[in-house]
Amino acid sequence: MNLQGKIKDALPGWLNEPTPDGDVVLSSRIRLARNLRQLSFPHYAGEKQLEEVISQVNSVLKSSARLLPDYVLKRMDGLGQLDRVLLVEQYLVSLDLINNPAHRGVVLNKEQTVSIMLNEEDHLRIQSIFSGLQLKKAWELGTQIDDQLESQLDYAFNEEKGYLTTCPTNVGTGLRASVMIHLPALDIVDQVKRVLSVLPHVGLNVRGIYGEGTDSSGNLYQISNQVTLGLSEEEIISKLVSVTKQVIDQERSAREALLANESRLQLENRVNRAFGILTHARLLSSEETINLINDVLMGAELNMIPGIKVQTVKELLFLNRPAILQNLVGQELTPGERDYYRAAVIREHLTSAKE
Amino acid sequence: MWCERCKQRQATVHVTKVINNHKTESHLCEVCAGKSGKDLGFLFEPNFSFHHLLAGLLESEFGVKSESFSQQKEESHKKCPTCGLTFTDFRNMGLMGCANCYDLFKDHLDPLLRRVHGSIAHTGKVPKRTGGRVRVRKEIEELRSKLQEAIKREAYEEAAKLRDEIKEKEEKLN
Repeated sequence: MNLQGKIKDALPGWLNEPTPDGDVVLSSRIRLARNLRQLSFPHYAGEKQLEEVISQVNSVLKSSARLLPDYVLKRMDGLGQLDRVLLVEQYLVSLDLINNPAHRGVVLNKEQTVSIMLNEEDHLRIQSIFSGLQLKKAWELGTQIDDQLESQLDYAFNEEKGYLTTCPTNVGTGLRASVMIHLPALDIVDQVKRVLSVLPHVGLNVRGIYGEGTDSSGNLYQISNQVTLGLSEEEIISKLVSVTKQVIDQERSAREALLANESRLQLENRVNRAFGILTHARLLSSEETINLINDVLMGAELNMIPGIKVQTVKELLFLNRPAILQNLVGQELTPGERDYYRAAVIREHLTSAKE
Repeated sequence: MWCERCKQRQATVHVTKVINNHKTESHLCEVCAGKSGKDLGFLFEPNFSFHHLLAGLLESEFGVKSESFSQQKEESHKKCPTCGLTFTDFRNMGLMGCANCYDLFKDHLDPLLRRVHGSIAHTGKVPKRTGGRVRVRKEIEELRSKLQEAIKREAYEEAAKLRDEIKEKEEKLN
């Protein structure tokens, strides 16, 4: 089977090069919460009002072809469960949206850098996502789409409180900006907690992508802004960017320190062992794979494995996920079957990248 | 319902799987569901919800206003004429029902917003079309700071231009 072509289709479109600071940062994302003035917020709205949201947004998009050419509107109640979960795993919609699929939808652009969730917690959640540290770019695209939607939609906006949202924790700018970062070296030198524990003091949230709280088995963390009211969007974003850059510096100097002394051999051993398993195993569970990818990703970030690019390993993070994997294989799989296909797909992806 | 794995906690995560038309259901608590994250993929996210915290933040330990019982009762029955949300609903869910609720429950909301955000006033983006007067006021503010800067630089020609622009916008407001 032509697996490589299928792999490309199963991966999220936004997961692309270039990736500035891609040796540490996986992705940058902004999300704007917006509501329509005339209608009750989604959790309090009837079916008619929810449908009204979908049709209003659709007609704006239809009438202004420049806004998002080639956009698609997917209704959640029109998709099977596997296709819905696929969108979650590609970071295009949230779990909340698919848990309650009736009268919910998402608008996607061709590149999948924009997704507008309809009737999640708010009427509109405009999301823009890019690879690497490109928060400013994500904001610029997001705010542009917001402007064009607003030119025809009546937003719920209040002079004092700003953009009105269902949950008061989002009111004001309605902006949640976040970056996903990989901190393997800080983990090895046992400094992750120290570095990340500072962030809440400057109004930023941290959570592990896998696992709970600040524990993260893949050493992947998400940093996002806490406050949405009283700061401008530019202030929120520049704070997040400058703090992220400092975390990047910490991680890079930990990497240099590890490479500079006798721990280098240990590191190479760890990276190559993980690479050996990923390229030869016949069965891989998702948990084991997360840990192996963590090591191989670090190896790629440090240019330790000839022929293996950071981008390729980042793609493995997505290929590891159940719905993406099943979409790739083209059928529903039992957990046991998944372990088999997961190993096969990862092996193929790494081997063909090396050639 | 108790968690079917540990049988010690309430089951709050309900998973229905359909594989080859065969349906299986499991009912787990959050702890056990987190542990079996392998099966659930990354579908399970720790449920750290502000909604529940918010309700707590509404009540102050100092009991800000010593409202009489009847006043309190009246407050909790206050109902948004637009969407029907009552103050009790908001207290329970931590969610607003519509744009109008923000005006109706403003007095209760402001202390809460101050606690959550450290501020009660939006200083960011203003929508172009529906932003109306706020937008103009914001533009005037920006022009004023430009004017100050121009005067500092002794760029008087530019300053005069800015002054006229400000005047024009101010007339628009009145």
